[in-house]
This record gives sequence, structure tokens and C-alpha cells, in this order.
Amino acid sequence: MTDTNTTILDKATERMVRATPVPLVHRVRGLSDRAIAWLFIAPTILLLLAINIFPLIWAVRLSFTNYRANRPNAIVEGVGLTNYQRVLNDPDIWIAMQTTAHFVFWTIVLQTLIGFSLAYLIDRKFRGHAFWTTVILIPMMLSPAVVGNFWRFLYQPQIGLFNYVVSYVTGVPPSSFEMLGSVSLAPWSIIVVDTWMWTPYVMLICLAGLRSIPDYIYEAAEVDRASGWRQFWSITIPMALPFIMLAVLFRGIENFKMFDMVMLLTGGGPGSTTEVASITLKREAFESWRTGRASSFAIILFVAVFGLANIYVKALNRVKQR
Amino acid sequence: MRKMTKALLGATTALTVWAAMPSMSQAAELTLCWAAWDPANALVELSKDFTAQTGTDMKFEFVPWPNFADRILNELNSGGKLCDLLIGDSQWLGGSAENGYYVKLNDFFDKEGIKMSDFAEAAVNAYATWPKSTPNYWALPAMGDANAWFYRKDWFAKPELQAEFKAQTGRDLAVPTTWPELIETAKFFNGKEIDGKKVYGAAIFTERASEGITMGVTQALYANGFKYEKTPGKYDMEGAVNSPDAVKGLEEYKELYKCCTPPGYTDAYMGETLDAFKSGQAAMAMNWFAFFPGLYKDENVGGDKIGFFVNPKGTTAASTLGGQGISVVANTDNMDGALAYIKWFAQPEVQKKWWSLGGYAVHNAVLNDPSFKDSQPFAADFLVAMNQVQDFWQEPSYAILLQAMQKRMHDYVVADQGTAKEALDGLVKDWAEIFGDEGKL
Repeated sequence: MTDTNTTILDKATERMVRATPVPLVHRVRGLSDRAIAWLFIAPTILLLLAINIFPLIWAVRLSFTNYRANRPNAIVEGVGLTNYQRVLNDPDIWIAMQTTAHFVFWTIVLQTLIGFSLAYLIDRKFRGHAFWTTVILIPMMLSPAVVGNFWRFLYQPQIGLFNYVVSYVTGVPPSSFEMLGSVSLAPWSIIVVDTWMWTPYVMLICLAGLRSIPDYIYEAAEVDRASGWRQFWSITIPMALPFIMLAVLFRGIENFKMFDMVMLLTGGGPGSTTEVASITLKREAFESWRTGRASSFAIILFVAVFGLANIYVKALNRVKQR
Repeated sequence: MRKMTKALLGATTALTVWAAMPSMSQAAELTLCWAAWDPANALVELSKDFTAQTGTDMKFEFVPWPNFADRILNELNSGGKLCDLLIGDSQWLGGSAENGYYVKLNDFFDKEGIKMSDFAEAAVNAYATWPKSTPNYWALPAMGDANAWFYRKDWFAKPELQAEFKAQTGRDLAVPTTWPELIETAKFFNGKEIDGKKVYGAAIFTERASEGITMGVTQALYANGFKYEKTPGKYDMEGAVNSPDAVKGLEEYKELYKCCTPPGYTDAYMGETLDAFKSGQAAMAMNWFAFFPGLYKDENVGGDKIGFFVNPKGTTAASTLGGQGISVVANTDNMDGALAYIKWFAQPEVQKKWWSLGGYAVHNAVLNDPSFKDSQPFAADFLVAMNQVQDFWQEPSYAILLQAMQKRMHDYVVADQGTAKEALDGLVKDWAEIFGDEGKL
């Protein structure tokens, strides 16, 4: 029976070999494994070079020129480090960076605290926890454009639900305050929306971390008569820490380049109160059309995020190795 | 083999014919780009006559105002072929002329006997020329417009309110003719309950992203004698842009914003102003004349309930210019068709129909017609406004100049940062830097 099968297989292989055009066979046979591997990944590499690396190099080049995209006929001249010097000396850009830092810091703090707390609760596996997990995840599944418009209506001082809820709780008249129009409240209104939308994401990552902690560690702690509080601080937090740090990294990078939601909610206003760095960059590049200067600002932002992320990843690796 | 050759030949011929078809249809088709607003609908209606006369199909690309400049300037900058004809903002003329985006129309006008003297002079200077007020034409004046005001005539006519106003101010409750009167009237109405509803004094422009707050603030600035330069063409802005009169104008605008706008009115432009008025929230509102035909027809607030007035005076009479000219995009594949549309549009009869449909023609045949002033309740005001209009910089760098002003004005008026003098001093500094970069200072 086995001999018969082998004969059939041999014949089939022979037929396939015969069917393959001889030159192709020779050509493929002539290639090393490494060359074939390169052949397979070449399209992806080319695509990456074309849409990621080339624009980056081009932006670096433009950042040293006075190029303006709306002046195709103008002579492009090299300006050395002038663009970088102007960006770094521009007080408006530093204000935008401070606004970004404020936004990133508070969203991360709130999302990590609430996200971890929710994950901790969901991990208790109470009755209906699957249903509540799904409910909590809904905001994350929405498009930022939808969320932005949706909250713009909620914050509307005359008809918005948010003001009415605050009014119901505090007794303050609903039209007496403007979340998006007030200099002091507008930055917080964006933090609230971002926290509402992305806390579930942090919760998911933290939940994965909590579920990865083996039960026997807690059982051993129980045997040693460790209290719940002690277990939380000595087992749960250290073992979930790499996951929490990962969530912080993702949210930090994402919020550093936050654009869509802020644009939809406040457009950077009132005045420039909520003008985060990405909005300043967009205005510089596509409204003022100072492409060279905008490129230098983009490079500075890129280096800042890349540098900070690298330092953070090293810290993360150190935590994981412990 | 012969069969195969025949089949190949047939397929090639069919492909060639098929490939040629779109270009044939393109030749009889024109795309006109403009902002999406009331007059655009009137233009669609008007252009049906052009299609009937020439057989050219008209396609329209209307972009909402907040995105209009971004979308169309991107299109021009990238050498796109979306628009054959463009009704673009007056401030785009400088850049579009210098960058070769528009076709210069002098030779065409001469050849076809189209005279710019047939159009209102202010409109020609604003919508067609670059450098400004020189006989270099890059557009045909298409749509005259200015920023003006409208008010609830029925509220102003209420005897109890008239009596209260008289007692409070010592003058009759009537259309304000000066900025202090405007503010006083707005304060009077603000917070009042009329017909069982709380109302507010005035709905004005405060939008940050595109041009809104600049177009609103300049109403108060121009009326108070604001000038861009001390000597035209010299870019000597110090003492002009930040003159005491300009500071006073800016302070008045902020006062109006702070005292009398509806809640949540921190980022409002055309749409929001119309909404505030149509929903019966505002006693007075500013907006472009372009919207007035629609407002007058409105079932709830139009007709006898609405009145119109030109921008009140300060130290002088002035209005912020709106409106646009129609240009031929240099990149068009259908130059002859686009020029034919311009020729058709310039005819006095077409201009008259344009006005009757709701477009603001600036042809003298329309404006000088004795019946013009009475043809619409806002027609006389339109004539007054067009004779006192002032425009923003039309420089090639207008976009940066505008962004600087948007930021400074919004920071001061809405976000309460600094004083009016500091805002205007900052603006002089920003503009000086921009003109310095341009080599003009």
C-alpha cells in the first residue's frame, strides 16, 4: 500500500517538474534563500521607502529651505538653520508645546487610573462582566470625527446634555458656563472627551496584564497569609506594570500627535488656549503655507517623540527584566 | 492568423474610440468651483441658459465656506484640473496671478469688447485687478458683497420696547447708525424676554479657523478709521494698524461680543449667525449680503419681521468687503469653453437675470437701473455698502497675513488675552515679519 502511494507521489512530482518551464527552474535554482527572501520582502520595503522614508528625508531637506508649497514658481533657497532657530524661538510654539504637555499628562494620568481600576473590577469576573466589558469598549470603537461632533453638541451651553447634568448636580444654571468657549474649561473639556474615548483601550491592555498573572502566585501568597492589600502592591502591580507602561507609551505617542478631536471640538480655541502642537503645525503648513518652517517644526516634534519613546522603551525593558 | 489580426485591429479601433469618448464629452463640459452657499444655487439656475445656448454641460463643485480656501488653494497649488472656472476670494488674486494659476484676461476682454468700465469701479478694483487698482484683469467681477446687518423689525416696532428704550437712552428705538448706538441697542435687547423667549443683543462673527473673526472685527476697525498702511504700497503699518482709532474699534467689537452674544458663541461664522437669528435668539446680526434674499424669504423671521442696515459709522463710513470675481483656471483643458462662459456671463441681460435670481450683479446696467433700489428691501443698502467697502490685504502672502490676524483677534476678543493695543501691536509685529520675509520691508 505504501509502495503504491510512493510510486503515485513520485510520478506526480515528476509530472510537476516536467511541467515547470526549464529556464524558470534554472533561474530559481540559481538564487540563494537569502535572495528569494529579499524578493518576497522587496515590494513592502519599496512601499515603506516610498511612503515613509522618502517623505521624511524630503521633509528634512525642505526644513533647511524657504520653500512654500503655494509658490511653485518661487526660487527655493537654502536658509541653513534659520527655520529651526525661528521655531525654537517662537513663543507661540512653546505655548502650543505646553498645551500639548498639559493634555498628554492629564489624559495619561486619568486614563491609566480609571483604565486600571476598570480592568481590576472586570477581572473579578462578576456576573455579566462580559456584557459590561462590551459596553465599556463602545466609545473606543467610534470614529474620532463622530466623537468630536457628538461631544460638541453635548457641551453646547443652551441645549447640551452635559451642562444640564452639571446643572442638575450642582444647581448652577446650564447657560452660565461654556465648556468649549471658556479659557479655563476648554482644555479640560478635551481631556474629558479623550479620557471617555480611550480609557477602554487602557483598560483592555491592563486586563491582559492582570489575566497573565498566574493564580498560583496568589495561592502561595494566601498560604503565606498575605493580605489583599499586600497582594495588590507586591504581586498585581509589579506583574501588571509592563502592561500599564505599554498602555502609557501607546497613549502618550497617540496624544502627542492628537489633532482630529481637538480640531473638531475647539479648533484650538478659544484664542489659542487648546492649540496643541499638531494644530500649530497644520496651520503653519497648510494655512500659512510656510512649508520649510513647518518641516523644521515637524522634524523637531519627530525627534522629541522618538527620543522620549526610546528612553521610555528602555525603562520598559528594564521593568520587564526584573 | 488573418482572423487574429482582424480581431486585434477591431479591438484597437474600439479601444481608441472608447478612449476618445471622454475627451469628446469633456470638451462640451465645464466645471465651475465656488463656495457652497445661497448664491451658488442661483448660479446653477442661471447657468442653465448657458447650457441651452452653447450645449456645454455645466458641472459645479461647491465647497462649504470653512473649507473653501483650504480645498481650492490646495487644488490650485497641486496643479489639479478640477476647476475650469473659479469664483475665488478677492484676496486670492495676488497669489493666483503671481503663481500663474489664473489666466490674465486683458486681451480676451479687448477682443470680445468686454469693458471693465461697465462694472462698478469698487468691484472691479477689488475682484478683478492685480496689482490692486491697476488695469491688469485676472477675473470678471461676479458677485458683489459686503458685510452688513439685519434686525428684528417686529421687535423694534413693539410699543412697550420703544417706550422702555426711550426712557433708558433718551432716543428712539431705531436702526443704529453708529457703533456706540449699535452696542447700546444690543445691550438693551440682551437678556430680554420677548414672545416668551430669552433673546440676545447681536450675533457676530467670532470664528477662529478660517476668516470669520477678521471679517467681523474689520467692520468695527474700518468704521473707526483703521488703515493697513500710512502710505499705500509702503507697508508702513506702525501707527496705522495700531492707531488709537483702530484700538477703539477693536475694543468696541469686544464689548459687543462680551455683552450681547448668545451663549456658546465663541466660534461662530456665517452659519451660526444665521442660526441665531432664524431661531429667534438675536435681535440683530451681521452677515454677508449674499444671504439676505434667503433671510427675507424665511417663513419665521423674514418678510415684515426683518429689516436690513449697512455697517454703522464710527469716525467714518465703511464696510468689510466680501464678494468674488470669476476667473479662468490656467490649467483648464477647456480654455475656449471657459472663456465662452465669461463672455456670456458679462452680458447685461445675463447680469440682470443674475440679480433677479439672488446673485449680486455689479454690472452698471443692473446697479444704475432706476428700479434697482426698490427691487429688493436690501438693494439700496447694498449700493451704499459697495461704495464704502474696504478689503483685507490682497497680497500673495494673504493666507499668512490672515492667519496672524485671526490668532491675534481671537486671542483678544474671545480668549481675553491682553489689551486691544497689545493685540494690534502684536499684529504689526507679525505682519512686519511676513513682509520682511517677502523682501517688501
